[in-house]
Amino acid sequence: MYRYDEFDHGFVKARVAEFREQVDRRLAGEITEDQFKPLRLMNGVYLQLHAYMLRVAIPYGTLNARQMRVLAHIARKYDKGYGHFTTRQNVQYNWPALADIPAILDDLASVEMHALQTSGNCIRNVTADHFAGAAADEVADPRPYAEILRQWSSVHPEFSYLPRKFKIAVTGAERDRAAIQVHDIGLHLKRNAQGELGFAVYVGGGQGRTPMIAKKIRDFLPEADLLAYTTAILRVYNLHGRRDNKYKARIKILVHETGTEELTGWVEKEFEALKDGELKLPEADIRAIETYFAPPALNVRPEGEAVVKEAQLDDRGFAAWLRRNVTTHRHPDYAAVTISLKAIGEAPGDATDAQMDAVADIAEELAFDEIRVSHEQNLILPHVARADLKTVYDRLVAIGLETANSGLVTDIIACPGLDYCALANARSISVAQDISRRFASQEKQEEIGELKLKISGCINACGHHHVGHIGILGVEKKGAELYQVTLGGSGDQNTSIGEIVGRGFGPEEIGGAIETVVETYLACRSGREETFLDTYRRLGAAPFKEALYGSEAKAA
Amino acid sequence: MKILTANRLSDGEAVWLAADHSWSEAIDAAELARDATTEERLERTGKAAFLKNEVVDVNLIDVEVVDGAIRPLRLRERIRAAGPTNRIDLGKQARPEIAVAA
Repeated sequence: MYRYDEFDHGFVKARVAEFREQVDRRLAGEITEDQFKPLRLMNGVYLQLHAYMLRVAIPYGTLNARQMRVLAHIARKYDKGYGHFTTRQNVQYNWPALADIPAILDDLASVEMHALQTSGNCIRNVTADHFAGAAADEVADPRPYAEILRQWSSVHPEFSYLPRKFKIAVTGAERDRAAIQVHDIGLHLKRNAQGELGFAVYVGGGQGRTPMIAKKIRDFLPEADLLAYTTAILRVYNLHGRRDNKYKARIKILVHETGTEELTGWVEKEFEALKDGELKLPEADIRAIETYFAPPALNVRPEGEAVVKEAQLDDRGFAAWLRRNVTTHRHPDYAAVTISLKAIGEAPGDATDAQMDAVADIAEELAFDEIRVSHEQNLILPHVARADLKTVYDRLVAIGLETANSGLVTDIIACPGLDYCALANARSISVAQDISRRFASQEKQEEIGELKLKISGCINACGHHHVGHIGILGVEKKGAELYQVTLGGSGDQNTSIGEIVGRGFGPEEIGGAIETVVETYLACRSGREETFLDTYRRLGAAPFKEALYGSEAKAA
Repeated sequence: MKILTANRLSDGEAVWLAADHSWSEAIDAAELARDATTEERLERTGKAAFLKNEVVDVNLIDVEVVDGAIRPLRLRERIRAAGPTNRIDLGKQARPEIAVAA
């Protein structure tokens, strides 16, 4: 993984020192809240319902064991013994005292981490495919480019006061696991006919109150032009993006209001002026960054097949986990493992300090010291020898992280919602817990098959409900929680925005409504191989409306 | 009826303004405003505490009194007064004398 150089170390240290002084001055009453608020936000510190919240950046979701142990240490020492992994591949602490935050940032800096640009109208943490470097279907590892973008965008003077926040995602495979079409810029790393690396460039995707699918404005951008082209897009956005209305300030609105063709023209014109200048990436620099992400030396371990086969026969739990949480690796003797943070009835994405420490140990001893955070709020061990899978599984059982539900209905994405968040209108976690318990049966979940269920507690859509096969949006109506259901969303290479199925459901009704939707799917599917999403795309909303609202639906 | 709430500057703890002008960590100690004059007085006191950098995010919230206990009308404020509903071992509700929100 990327290692800080002297400049990086010095820079992060200086920022911590600066923030420590700002916190001291605030606590001493030397600066006002109005002066302090933008400063704390620049350092990832929010104020929520019960306490401050610190959002720590995990660049492209990549961690090593040492870093994970520091995350555990922070949870134990300064928080309440857990952290929350987010859909932005970051981690959030829900209870830190303001006075402790400089010390937390010191601890983070000791393992090359920080909380910069996790808030504010700047370029946020660049996200990437969580199977990067391991996936069998990958053209090339997207992380070197994410790292180049991270370095370029960190305290970029021109792009620190954009009209609104800006999110970039990169994938290196045809199968999009980074949801690039719902980001401000989505980059799909691929090879052209000559075998050269470059990107398909998508612009103007996003969720929130106005969900939009990104438009492809370049089919193939040579890798050397990555920064010049990205700068061109950001310049166009910085100049033309709306600053008069917060809700219309994202680049998706600019793309939509301008039209793709005209906007592409602006970007290309800007790019023409930039492309042969200092932003052109030298080949040697790209290859140098790439070496930081060189895959571990994966020795041949052909005994894996036999070990796995035998272990499956003895242990049904292990067999289920193999079916669901183990993904094909580019090396036949290895696998990528998904550690589900969605145990039945638990808060999606939460992990205790002890679990984080244990995952760090497993990663160090059995997975080449690599851990990823997925945007689906799970942890990933990208490189595990198949021969070691049973050992990894047994060690996950010991810490309660062996849930075999990756990609199933209980692998729910949920934002913190009204239990923590100052912006939320309704709870998300409680709905996730209710649904998780209703579908707890392993057999039932597997019978249902792939089903992505995503819950947001407000229109800002941190829980990605717009791209859930089933999406749930919590709103407040007459002082009570109300949950709208959307169907048919998807955040992959065939991105679609879910459609609202009808009137919302109260907190006591929503779990039953989701059961009705799933039962309707099971009754309507052409066979086990037809997924929920395929069935919805074939039949549309009608059978689901009928099942949910009956005669009421016909009348409407 | 209204009460005045805020978060304490140093640690973000949710607090309510009590009759003795102190900030209480428990909603039960909040001073109830039953008329506009009292509301204005609470707001003035809150503003002063904000300017003295004791608290941030100062707000008047609507409440009712149920069986002698103050109960905010909005779930948001009930959760602030108790803690996350999925973790009753955390927040104020983990203290023996404070009830859960929902």
